[in-house]
Amino acid sequence: MENKGILIYVEREGGRVHPICYELLGKGRDLADKTDSKVSCAVLGSGITETAQELVAYGADTVYVYDDESLATFDSLAHKQNLVSLISEVQPAIVMFGSTLTGKALAPRVATAVEAGLTSNCTALELQEDGSLLQVRPAFTGNFLAHVKTSSDITMVTVRYRALEAGQKDEGRKGEIVKKGVEKVDSGVKVLGKGEAKPASIAGADIVVCAGRGLRNADDFELVQQLADALGGVVGATRPLVDDGWISKDHQVGFSGTIVKPKLYVGVGVSGSPQHLAGIRDSGTIVAINSDPSVALFRIADYAVVGDLYQVIPQMIELLKKK
Amino acid sequence: MHIIVLAKQVPDIEKVKFLRETNRVDRKSADSEINPFDLNALEAAQQMKEQLGATVTVISMGPQSAEAVLREGIARDADRGILLYDDSFAGADTLATSYTLAAAIRKVGDFDLILCGETTVDGDTGQVGPGLAERLGVSLLPFVSELTKVSTDKVTAVTETSAGSLSVEASFPLLITGTKELNTPRLPTLKEKLRARKAEVEKWTAADLGDVDPVKLGIAGSATWVESIALPPEKKRKGEVLQGEDAASQLVAALDKAGLLKG
Repeated sequence: MENKGILIYVEREGGRVHPICYELLGKGRDLADKTDSKVSCAVLGSGITETAQELVAYGADTVYVYDDESLATFDSLAHKQNLVSLISEVQPAIVMFGSTLTGKALAPRVATAVEAGLTSNCTALELQEDGSLLQVRPAFTGNFLAHVKTSSDITMVTVRYRALEAGQKDEGRKGEIVKKGVEKVDSGVKVLGKGEAKPASIAGADIVVCAGRGLRNADDFELVQQLADALGGVVGATRPLVDDGWISKDHQVGFSGTIVKPKLYVGVGVSGSPQHLAGIRDSGTIVAINSDPSVALFRIADYAVVGDLYQVIPQMIELLKKK
Repeated sequence: MHIIVLAKQVPDIEKVKFLRETNRVDRKSADSEINPFDLNALEAAQQMKEQLGATVTVISMGPQSAEAVLREGIARDADRGILLYDDSFAGADTLATSYTLAAAIRKVGDFDLILCGETTVDGDTGQVGPGLAERLGVSLLPFVSELTKVSTDKVTAVTETSAGSLSVEASFPLLITGTKELNTPRLPTLKEKLRARKAEVEKWTAADLGDVDPVKLGIAGSATWVESIALPPEKKRKGEVLQGEDAASQLVAALDKAGLLKG
């Protein structure tokens, strides 16, 4: 990697910086220090100038601010256009995005526009002795890790949320804030309205209580929700339950849904298909509750509770309420 | 109105084996099928055709066997199926794939709408759709979970973003990537399947694409490569089995001790 530095796309979500950006900054700062180069951030939106100082505190040397009414809602064409101009100006060696819905829509457009190799859903980035960047991403339902290299001048990646450590905040850190003129693009896409705000995302949760086939019917999610509430967590579900329409897709835990890395994962009535296990593999503590002790989830559990979830869960809720 | 649907043949991802020597999938180890998300794209195109009388073209890049996914499309009322098949297309990453698809689409001619799945279950990059929108210079509606209203020059749709869903109106030409929630794909009838079996699938090689730069195709045109494949490190787990009447209280006590219960 030549000393052309690292550029991080700063995604904003509901009026705040998406926490993935602090993780990208942590890794970006580390890579920049090792290669004696700089980390810059690009933040696009409306009324966002005040976030720039925060990004400096988390490790950015330069923050490029694109603050304009026209960027109030995310549009892949408008964000792409401004980013591509910035890339040709600062010529970074590495461009990083979060592997969120926004990052996944934007990064391929940008990469294609500048003919850069893009590796998505990375879980680790390692600087090699020859200066190249090794990109690690899960492949084949997460049962393997692919080690990917890039041959283009710019290496682009999207990185999975909670895969990297967030950078240390230091209010005393100095950095440059550069206000940029905004290129306006009419993409022909008009926002008519916003849907319901999403419930707490399972991707960012510290505690996930996940229901599987052992649940008898959709109404019983209420019981699962009660346990999640008592633990201070959120509710997840395995793919068959989502496929049957018992709960919406944003609750789906697994390689084909959302990969989670909570401090505590509790699987109730979950057998543990390979794609599900691949989605919870990195959880801190794994609890499995199932009346069948032969299920695959038991083999990777820290605590395997042999019992009927309809008995164990109410007992747990009682005990947790007493705490 | 002309709709183009992109489809890909993928291995049954739950069963497929991997060849560690070549870092490639062993295609013989599992059956192939159409990428499940592409069925939602095909269903959406079929519904539009029924409502508005569109022409539907299905395009796939892949080995000769991928002809099967084009027949899947024809069975779902697509008018035309085109397989992009050439040794020089092999080993393409998403950059080379979108380049090849863009060249084919330019050759096919004007379109109003391109529909594809949000990702494919084998590569799981989700990059080809947005990359193709860029190559063709059209707007993108990613992660569309509902097509609320479709007319001959625009759509109203629900698109999923990190911050929640948005209702948007977008004018053509446009590329849409669809989620599983987009619709429930119908199964073709036996008659439709028979018709698709007999239908002609066009096969285009690099030479048929006209003015393409050979160094941008396949492995030569790819900017990323898989250097090696590793097994994920297994975390050491406690493996404590709790059973009997007081299993729940043993568990709660253990979680409390581990500091996992909020105070």
